[in-house]
Amino acid sequence: METVTHTHPADAHRDDTASKIGMWLFIFTEILLFGGLFIVYSVYRYMNPVAFHLAHEELSITMGFINTIILLVSSATVAISISAMQKNDRRTTMLMLVATLILAAVFLVNKYFEWGGKFEHGLYPGSDLMKSLSNGDMLFFSLYFFMTGLHGVHIIIGMVLLAITLAKVRSGRVNGGSYALLENSGLYWHLVDLIWIFLFPLFYLIH
Amino acid sequence: MENEKHHIVPSYMTHIMVLLGLILLTVITVLITSVELGAYNTAAAMLIASLKGAVVLLYFMHLKFDHKIYWIMVSLVIAIFTAVIVVTFFDYLYR
Repeated sequence: METVTHTHPADAHRDDTASKIGMWLFIFTEILLFGGLFIVYSVYRYMNPVAFHLAHEELSITMGFINTIILLVSSATVAISISAMQKNDRRTTMLMLVATLILAAVFLVNKYFEWGGKFEHGLYPGSDLMKSLSNGDMLFFSLYFFMTGLHGVHIIIGMVLLAITLAKVRSGRVNGGSYALLENSGLYWHLVDLIWIFLFPLFYLIH
Repeated sequence: MENEKHHIVPSYMTHIMVLLGLILLTVITVLITSVELGAYNTAAAMLIASLKGAVVLLYFMHLKFDHKIYWIMVSLVIAIFTAVIVVTFFDYLYR
């Protein structure tokens, strides 16, 4: 494969495959980070079944369900934006990226109300109520705040990445011939969705 | 290396069908876990979550359409992670 199809002088050393492999390697570290936390959660759940069962009833399944749907739709919009770019349809690409950013913001607003409700009841890391809880309850809520919080940070990072991508699509620096940034930001966003797919049943559903 | 673009471009319709499938699976998980099934609750929820994860990896993250190397890498990482889960599981079950 000697032929380089897109001959921009500045892109002489461009290697999209390598760039994507780099993104995947980074994603693996993220999977292992959250994977480790999932194992910690499972072990503590196994050791405190009753407390985890009672504590999980404090969480609203409806809220979790809505946020799951929001993230799934936002993942689809990112996937569509990449397909649109591959078809050289810049308008749809931008439209889908904007839709994704809006959905991400809605997710965070929901999270704000969800956490806010807990905070109002005095339930937050380091609060007096938290310290007065039994070991199992404390573990459940600490892991809940830590894992959904860490996931929330990933949502914000994903939004920044997608916003940068959107700006570059707009200026034409990311285009139908060169869109590795869009693909890699997309991969990151799907990772955020992937993590939530496991967080939702673990915290909200199983009992 | 190869800079020419991928050969298969998944259509918008594919993505929408995948999305509907994922939403359906989510609804099924919520319904299943609302019934009292004991230990099967967790098993069913995790099984469906894994299925959803696989769909996201294959379709949204393009593992099905991309170069095979990505698929091999992801499979290896999942295998390692599964091994860690199994070892931890046995450790706590038989201590």
